Amino acid sequence: MARITPLLWLLFSAGGTVAALLFPVHVFLTGVAVPLGWLEAPRYDAIHRIAAHPLVRLYVFVLISLPLFHWAHRFRYTLYDGLQLKHLTALIAVLCYGAALLGTAVAGYLLWTFAP
Amino acid sequence: MSAGPVYTPYHPRWYRRRVSVWWWLRRRSYAWFVLRELTSVFVAFFAIILLWQVRAVASGPEAYERFLGRLGTPLLLAIDAVAFLFVLVHAITWFNLTPKAMAVRLGGRRVPDWAILGSNYAAWLVLSAAVAFVLLRG
Repeated sequence: MARITPLLWLLFSAGGTVAALLFPVHVFLTGVAVPLGWLEAPRYDAIHRIAAHPLVRLYVFVLISLPLFHWAHRFRYTLYDGLQLKHLTALIAVLCYGAALLGTAVAGYLLWTFAP
Repeated sequence: MSAGPVYTPYHPRWYRRRVSVWWWLRRRSYAWFVLRELTSVFVAFFAIILLWQVRAVASGPEAYERFLGRLGTPLLLAIDAVAFLFVLVHAITWFNLTPKAMAVRLGGRRVPDWAILGSNYAAWLVLSAAVAFVLLRG
């Protein structure tokens, strides 16, 4: 564990930066403005064409994966400190980083097999 | 005098006060800390929404329409609205921490905090506009 701690910390801070820079606009557009009818949803062929671009798929992969690792790291320590679960260190770490790895794998699979 | 120290067979126990699980409600600064840490839950929530969006777009027009319909249901709309507030808190607290987390030096002189903060917020604005432009242009 100690050996990969710097890597986990790097993923945490990279994911925090990606989430800070890009999540507010995505949540606002996709989650709030479009469902409320303030803005029109992108038409299917348009969003499909955008997503088919390799660079956009790379962007979406980073957009999903890094923030998941950010969550895993932060949530793990919140459980330790907030709920005083220090004795479950290993289990919580496996669950948190495992979930982030799983999300990354699903994102990679979906974006890799995306039919243009 | 005895030859050596006498040990009892019992292990000494330190007096340690139990801290309540709700310790973070005692002070506003503690509560704010936990609130900031919990922004990550909404970050993960929206990462899953993004995954769902990718799957919908990959699956075809009907799946995409279903996805849009589900996002309009009151429950998801409410969670997304709360998630928006939480990711805003995350973004602002994150940007405000960066000058403290890293000291950038240029030409042997430390870059002032306001310059780092300013470039963060400028990058945020530019990237948000770019994402909105690409997503809504179609």
